Amino acid sequence: MGQDEFLFLLMGLKWTVALSVVGFVCGCIAGLGIALARTCGSRPVETVVSGYIAIFQGTPLLMQLFVVYYGLALIGIKVDAWVAVSVGLTLHASAYLGEIWRGAIEAVPKGQTEASKALALSYVSRMKDVVLPQALRISLPATIGFLVQLIKGTSLASIVGFTELTRAGNIISNQIFQPLTVFGIVGILYFIMCCPLTIYGAHLERKFAASAR
Amino acid sequence: MNYTLDFTPVIEGMPNLLTACLGTFVLAICGMLLATVIGIGGVVLRTSKIKALRWLVIGFVEIIRNTPFLVQIFFIYFALPLAGLRLDPTPTAIIALGINGGAYAIEIIRGGVQSISKGQVEAGLALGLHKAQVFRLIVLKPALRAIFPSLTSQFVLLTLTTSIASAISAYELTSVSQRIESDSFRSFEVYFTVTAFYLVISWLMMRLFAFFSARYFAYPVK
Repeated sequence: MGQDEFLFLLMGLKWTVALSVVGFVCGCIAGLGIALARTCGSRPVETVVSGYIAIFQGTPLLMQLFVVYYGLALIGIKVDAWVAVSVGLTLHASAYLGEIWRGAIEAVPKGQTEASKALALSYVSRMKDVVLPQALRISLPATIGFLVQLIKGTSLASIVGFTELTRAGNIISNQIFQPLTVFGIVGILYFIMCCPLTIYGAHLERKFAASAR
Repeated sequence: MNYTLDFTPVIEGMPNLLTACLGTFVLAICGMLLATVIGIGGVVLRTSKIKALRWLVIGFVEIIRNTPFLVQIFFIYFALPLAGLRLDPTPTAIIALGINGGAYAIEIIRGGVQSISKGQVEAGLALGLHKAQVFRLIVLKPALRAIFPSLTSQFVLLTLTTSIASAISAYELTSVSQRIESDSFRSFEVYFTVTAFYLVISWLMMRLFAFFSARYFAYPVK
């Protein structure tokens, strides 16, 4: 494998990073909404939202990408493959992050909510200043764990036909007939992205576990 | 735009889709069994006295957990023939699923084994149980019981991961639906229906695990 092929892989890597960042950032915003709706106290809203979460956690990401990809075209929105994949990843991430953060919000001691209510804090202030900062801390290891899932999940964009790292690897492998070298390198590139995050997540988990004791 | 949904190809392909669900079940169950074997074996090696073996397992777990399954399945698909193993896509997919799920299972089961206190093991040995008996009855079974919920969600995830096996055209639901889609061009209808199928499949898997849990782990703790 020559320099040109490697550069082509790096181009793919760029798109993998872009997809991961867009999916994660948009997923965080939407996921926050999901988590808040899931813990809002209104029964019908919580039922609808937990249905949304169950659907995304009970179906493969690949199918979600397919449905969004063809569904957007169906309702007349003509978008690039990468926009469709970003939308799919965002929806996927919002459901998972929403569920992670719901758990974290519920793990914040009830006294905190009661105290802020007694202090007549508004809902926004109660969430923004009291509950969410504590919930974020609790949820950080799981959130980072999901980010790793998401980075790996972007590889499925290749099946929809978007040229990110894995598809770049496919193309190169078909050209130079060295699939093991190519996919080995592709794997190493993913590993370089994910491993520091995994280590950091495990480190945080140990730290929080130690401070909780 | 005037697109009318047309589910006729889906209805015509229904027998194929339903049999493909069985294919997905076969992939998932075989993958889980292999993952469990790798998981238990990995934990045994991970707690061995030989440092090199421990590091081998740690390396294996980290490599698998930090790379996408799609890349793993491609790698295995091309690596097996070089190792002299010419297999059809479906067995290849089972091996890939087992290896992937096994790495996660090692971490989960290890957590359970660590939760068993040393005194239990010593008590078992003192009662004259064989080392293997101690491992099976005193360490493994309570450990599996403790981590069964996490193992369940990991294995439901493995079930959903089978859809990626379509990339090497193993026989399962996604690859069959892709064939129907490319014949009929009714992409949305096909994938929408198949998504609903997966929802049912993962629900069934969860029921299956709840049944197992009630059957094997229902003994009182204290």
